[in-house]
Amino acid sequence: MGSKLSTALLSIQLLALAALATAAQAQDKSSDIIARGEYLARAGDCTACHTAPEGRLFAGGRAMPTPFGTLYTSNITPDPDTGIGKWSADDFYKTMHSGRFPDGGLIYPAMPFASYTKVTRADSDAIFAYLRSIAPVSQKNKPHELRFPYDNRQLILGWRTLFFSEGEFKPDPKKSAEWNRGAYLVEGLGHCGMCHSPINALGGTSQSDAFKGGLIPMQNWYAPSLTSNREAGLGDWSIKDITDLLQTGVSMRGVVYGPMAEVVHNSLQYLNDEDTRAMAVYLKGIAEPSPPPPASSTLPTTESSLLISLGKTVYDKQCASCHGTQGEGKPPHWPPLANNQSIEMQSAVNPIRMVLNGGYPPGTKGNPMPYGMPPFAGLLSDNEIAAVVSYIRTAWGNRGTPVSAREANELRSAPLN
Amino acid sequence: MFARAAASVAVTITLATIDGAAAQTANQPPDTMAARVEACTPCHGNKGEGTSDVYFPRLAGKPAGYLYNQLLAFRSGRRKYPPMNYLLEFLPDPYLEAMAEYFAGEHPPLPQPAPSEVSKDVLAQGELLATSGDASRNIPACVSCHGPGLAGMQPGIPGLLGLRANYISAQLGAWRYGTRTAKSPDCMQQVAGHLTEADVTAVAAWLATRAAPTNPAPVPKGTYALPFGCGSQPN
Ligand code: HEC
Ligand code: HEC
Ligand code: HEC
Ligand code: HEC
Ligand code: HEC
Repeated sequence: MGSKLSTALLSIQLLALAALATAAQAQDKSSDIIARGEYLARAGDCTACHTAPEGRLFAGGRAMPTPFGTLYTSNITPDPDTGIGKWSADDFYKTMHSGRFPDGGLIYPAMPFASYTKVTRADSDAIFAYLRSIAPVSQKNKPHELRFPYDNRQLILGWRTLFFSEGEFKPDPKKSAEWNRGAYLVEGLGHCGMCHSPINALGGTSQSDAFKGGLIPMQNWYAPSLTSNREAGLGDWSIKDITDLLQTGVSMRGVVYGPMAEVVHNSLQYLNDEDTRAMAVYLKGIAEPSPPPPASSTLPTTESSLLISLGKTVYDKQCASCHGTQGEGKPPHWPPLANNQSIEMQSAVNPIRMVLNGGYPPGTKGNPMPYGMPPFAGLLSDNEIAAVVSYIRTAWGNRGTPVSAREANELRSAPLN
Repeated sequence: MFARAAASVAVTITLATIDGAAAQTANQPPDTMAARVEACTPCHGNKGEGTSDVYFPRLAGKPAGYLYNQLLAFRSGRRKYPPMNYLLEFLPDPYLEAMAEYFAGEHPPLPQPAPSEVSKDVLAQGELLATSGDASRNIPACVSCHGPGLAGMQPGIPGLLGLRANYISAQLGAWRYGTRTAKSPDCMQQVAGHLTEADVTAVAAWLATRAAPTNPAPVPKGTYALPFGCGSQPN
C-alpha cells in the first residue's frame, strides 16, 4: 500500500518534473528561436535601414534618398500603435515573401523583399519572434517624400511584373550543402544583389544581370560584379582571403570601404564561421572568367603618358609610404594596389573616390583598430588625382585604363553619407 | 642525449618564432596609435598641433573626455563635417576612445598667437566677455567654465587657447544656428544663444591673441564649480 502510494506519488512527481522539463524545454526553445532570429536579422542587415543614427533600435525613421525622392523606413518594434505589435507571423511572412502589407498594399522595393522572398518560413518566423522580443518604441512613421508620379504605390505593380519573382530558395541538388547554404544567404537575407547588380532607371535589377555589378544610384559608388574575375569575382581568391574580407573587412587581397564597409560592420562580421565559409564557397563558385576587357583608353596616348608620369611623382610622394613603391602594400592593413582587381575595373569610380575621401575599413571583432587612409580631396588638384589614379591603374602590370581630370572633378561632389 | 635533443628542438622553435615575428613586423605597419591616426594628421598635424588651415582645430592636450564626445558626435552626424563624419562612421567606441586618449596625451607647444585684425576696442570688449561676462544680458564669463587660465577642466571642458579666431567664431556660430550641439543640457548652446555677431567676433579675436600659459594642461575634475550644468561635464 505504502509502496503503491509512494509509487503513485513518485509518478506524480515524475510527471510534474516532466511537465516542468517540457515547460523549460519550450522556454529554451523559444529563447533559442529568438536568438536564431537575432542572428538572422543580422544576416539580413535590417538595422542598416531600420535604425536611424542615434535613434532607438529598429524604430525606423532613417531617410533613404532615391532618384524618385526620399523614403523613410518603418518602425518595426512591437509597439502596437506605431510599430508592428499587432502583426501576426503570417502578416510578417507576407511582407518578407510577397512584399505586401497585411492589408495587401504594395511595399516599395527599397525594402529588399525581392531578395527576402527566398527566406524560408521557419527563418521568417524566427526573425519575427526576435522582433517581438525587443523593446517597443512609440514613434510614428514619417511619411515618404516621393515626387509625382512615384508617390502612387500602384506604380510598384509595373516594377513587380518586370523584376520580382516570388518564391523561396530552391537548393541545387547538383551542388554541395555548403554551396547551397552560401547561395541561400547571399541571394536571400544578404540581399547582396540589391547593390551588386546594374540598377536600371526603374530601380530594379533583372534576374539575368544578378550580381553583374552596377553604380549605386544617389551614392555614386560602384558595386563590382561578383561573377567577373575582372571585377570582384573571387574565382582566384583563396577561401581564407574571402572569409577574412567578409568577417574582418580586410584581407591579403584587398579591403572593403564605402557601402561595403557598412555591410561588414552591421552584418557580415556577426556571421559564424560555417556560414561565412559557405558564402565564400558559393562566391568563389559563381565567379566566371570573363574575356579580357578592351584595353582602350578614351585619352590620346601622349596625354595619358604625361598624366602617368605626373602620377608616379604624386604616388611616390603621397602614397608609397603605405602602399609601397611597387604597390605591394603591407597587407592586410595597408592593402596592396598591384594586382588588386578593385582598382583595375572598367569603372574608375571607386579608386577615384578612395583617393578623394580616404577611409577606414570597418572596426570589427577581428580587426577592432583598423588603419586608415587620409582624404586627398583638399591636398591634390583634379589633375593630380586623375594622374595618380591613372598611374595605379596601369603600373606594376595592372591592366586598367587612365582616367580624366573631369571624372575626378565630378566625383568631388559625391555624397559622403 | 634526450635532453639535448629536446633543448635543441626548443631552441630551433624559439628561433623560428622570433624570426617569424620579425618578418611579420617588417611587413606590417607599426603597431602604434600614431600609425593608425595617419588618416587624421594631414588636417590636424602629426601630434594634433593643427595645420596652417585656420578652420582645422588643434587637438593636442585637450581633455580626452571632450575629444571622445566630439568623435561620438561626428560619428553619429550630430556634429557635421562630412570628411570626418565619413571617416569615423564604422569605428567602434573603444577605438574612438583610444584616438581621443592619444591626442589628449600629446603636448606639442602651443602656436604663437596671431596678430589680431580687429581694433583695440573690440579686443577690450572680447576680454570683458571672456573674463567677466555680461550679467545684464545673461552672458556668463567664459572663464567660469573654461577656467581662469582658459586651459579647460577634465574630463569634458576644452581649453580655449591655441585656437584661431576663424575656428572659434565658426564654432560659436554653429551653436547659435543649432548645427553643433552637445550633450543635454547643452550649456554652450545657452551661452552662444545670448551672443550677438559682434560679441562672437570680439571674444574669438581676444582668445586668439592670448599667449600660451606656462601650464596649458586642463585642470582636474571638480577644481571649480560651473555656473550652471553641462551635459558633457558630469559632476
Ligand atoms: C535597404 C533598406 C532596408 C533593409 C535592409 C530592410 N528594410 Fe524593411 N523596409 C525598408 C523600407 C524603405 C520600408 C518601407 C517600405 C514602404 O513604405 O513601402 C520597409 C518596411 C518594412 C516593413 C513594413 C513595416 C510597416 O509597418 O511599414 C517590415 C515589417 C520590414 N521592413 C522588415 C524588415 C526586416 C525584418 C528586415 C531585415 C531582414 C528589413 N526590413 C530590412 C527598407 C529596408
Ligand atoms: C549597400 C550596397 C552593398 C551591399 C548590400 C553589398 N555590397 Fe558588396 N560591395 C559594395 C560596394 C560599393 C563595393 C565596392 C567597394 C569595396 O570594394 O569594398 C563592394 C565590394 C564587394 C566585394 C569586393 C571587395 C574587394 O576588395 O574586391 C565583395 C567580395 C562583396 N562586395 C561581396 C558582397 C556580399 C557577399 C554581399 C552580401 C552579403 C554584399 N557584397 C552586399 C556594395 C554592397
Ligand atoms: C597612411 C597610409 C596610406 C596612405 C598615405 C595612402 N593610403 Fe591608400 N589605403 C590605406 C588604407 C588603410 C586603405 C584601406 C581603407 C579602407 O578600407 O577604407 C587604403 C585603400 C586604398 C585603395 C583601395 C584599395 C582596395 O583594396 O580597393 C586605393 C585605390 C588607395 N588606397 C590608393 C591610394 C593612393 C593613390 C594614395 C596616395 C594618393 C594612397 N592610397 C595613400 C592607407 C593609405
Ligand atoms: C579633411 C580634414 C580632416 C581630417 C582628415 C580629420 N579631421 Fe578632424 N576636424 C577637421 C575639421 C575641419 C574640424 C572642425 C569641424 C567643425 O567645423 O566643427 C575637425 C574637428 C575635429 C575634432 C573636434 C575638435 C574640437 O576641438 O572640437 C576632433 C576630436 C577631430 N577632428 C578628430 C579627428 C580624428 C581622430 C581624425 C582621424 C580619424 C580626424 N579628425 C580627421 C578636419 C579633419
Ligand atoms: C556653463 C559652462 C560654459 C560657459 C559659461 C562657456 N562654455 Fe564654452 N564650452 C563648455 C563646454 C561644456 C564645452 C564642450 C561642449 C561639447 O562637449 O561639445 C564648451 C566648448 C566650447 C568651444 C568649442 C571648443 C572647440 O575646440 O571646438 C568654444 C569655442 C567655447 N566653448 C567658447 C566659449 C566662449 C567664447 C564662452 C564665453 C562667451 C564660453 N565658451 C562659455 C562650457 C561653457
